[in-house]
Amino acid sequence: MHGIRSKLTPYYLMLPGGLWLAIFFAVPIVMMIGLSTMTGNVISGFGETWQHFGNYVQGFTQYTPEWIRSAEYAGLGCLISIVLSYPIAYWIAFYGGSRKSTYLFLLLLPFFVSFVLRTIAWNYILGDQGLILGPLKHWGLIAPGFRVLATGSAVIIGIVYNYLPFMILPIYVALERVDPTVIEAGRDLYAGSATVFRKVVLPLSLPGVFAGVLLNFVPAASDYVNASVLGGTGNTMIGNIIYDQYFVVQNYPVQASLSFSLMGILLIGIFLYARALGTEEVLEAAAAI
Amino acid sequence: MSAPTISPAPAPAASGSARPKARKPKKTGERLLHWFTWLIIIWLALPIAVVIAFSFNNPHGRFNYSWTGFTLKYWGPKLFAIPNLTTAMEHSLLVAVVATAGATILGTLAGLALGKYKFRGQGVTNLVQFACISAPEVVLGSSLATFFLQVRIQEGALTVIAAHIMFCVSFVAITVRARVVGLDPSVEEAARDLGASPWETFRLVTLPMIMPGVIAGAMLAFALSIDDFITTEFTSGSFMTYPLWIWSVSRQGLPPQVNVMGSIVFAVGVLFAIANSVISRRRAA
Repeated sequence: MHGIRSKLTPYYLMLPGGLWLAIFFAVPIVMMIGLSTMTGNVISGFGETWQHFGNYVQGFTQYTPEWIRSAEYAGLGCLISIVLSYPIAYWIAFYGGSRKSTYLFLLLLPFFVSFVLRTIAWNYILGDQGLILGPLKHWGLIAPGFRVLATGSAVIIGIVYNYLPFMILPIYVALERVDPTVIEAGRDLYAGSATVFRKVVLPLSLPGVFAGVLLNFVPAASDYVNASVLGGTGNTMIGNIIYDQYFVVQNYPVQASLSFSLMGILLIGIFLYARALGTEEVLEAAAAI
Repeated sequence: MSAPTISPAPAPAASGSARPKARKPKKTGERLLHWFTWLIIIWLALPIAVVIAFSFNNPHGRFNYSWTGFTLKYWGPKLFAIPNLTTAMEHSLLVAVVATAGATILGTLAGLALGKYKFRGQGVTNLVQFACISAPEVVLGSSLATFFLQVRIQEGALTVIAAHIMFCVSFVAITVRARVVGLDPSVEEAARDLGASPWETFRLVTLPMIMPGVIAGAMLAFALSIDDFITTEFTSGSFMTYPLWIWSVSRQGLPPQVNVMGSIVFAVGVLFAIANSVISRRRAA
């Protein structure tokens, strides 16, 4: 009796949370897949016509620029993030001394301000007469017509800004785990600083970089807040299209097919990426945060 | 890396003369990295400074476009002069408290199951959790929205809370599981050997030991919930939260009250984080 009960314990413990995830995560995703092949409109209702992948074909052909832009902005954002994050993570991990956690805390400060509010604050800062361009134009250092806001660069700045801590943290965690005796061993074998970095430190920190790319690319590629606050009308991403299809056009099947395509592409990407780099390492690094 | 060179023995002539030269640029490099870190910290803090600065601005009209003079009036009774904004903030707090409570309970139970036991279906559970954390928010939000539409559930406070518990529960479960995995099982066995019932063992032994993980998970859930925008927008219907209200008026510009509330949330969050780290450091000492 007691044996059976303790065997069932994990199931009892798992039941409430598991049910919640099943009802509010798994079921909606499955229903969304069903919806994605339907046709109709919001007034007469949507019917399952099994017109199969018509919505998908439309989703990719009609919105090709947005798909490309999403990949481009998220990819560039990731690259810039790595370039900015690596030196910082390196410095904190190896030279931070007793103030390591203070520096990490300072880098996390943006997360204490609402995501929407801080993105709108960038709108003020980058504005045509804003905090940066205003004085520069006043002194005649740049042309009066020069603008950052409502360009792709502004969207990328916003993306880098909003997700940078998600790049710094995993790289820092990976570097922090590098055993100092391994570096000493490299030195003892007469490797120069550059060689020690290239052959010892860098390879050991790569799982952190890979985890950072995962944590940056997924939210950046599907974001629509940065693109609509900072990018104006000409730089929309696929997230904006999903938003419009739901809230403006109310074509739910097209919206569902776009959402499923986005999730599918990202999940396949994550899977291939994890396969190529060793699943364990990437997932462990992601879980370590 | 800052440790002095290891080999005290005289190195071969070539590398011996190269070493002092190699040390100098390293020092400069270290200083450059230090400056660079501070530069990025300032860059990251820039929008926060703008938000806080404009909470003291005295704009002529309703909206806060450019600096027109210092005032403290929005930090006083005028803070609540926009009823819709005040209600939205109350909604955000209410949703965050309820969602945190729900996600913490469900997530702690799940974390215990995943950390302490081996059971069938564990792989699937982990996979669903991973998918839930890594799924793009716009997909989570839009699939929930069409789900509520298809099963004819009216969107409002309850659907927002349900959605928030959904995306917070995995984070709590992961945090708690990490704590459970590090526990020494012999302590619980000792409690049982001394005659404690399973419930007493849990309440008096297990729970206090996993408490730091539970608190960390709850704080994470609260932070995620109060700041959530994308999923909330898709699941809220006409229910307004603080980020949604900001979004709805952002085209015209934000009144200073938004900045004051944002600054207060920022200050409270920072204080909590500092208090938490001080307490955990003292406990460790």
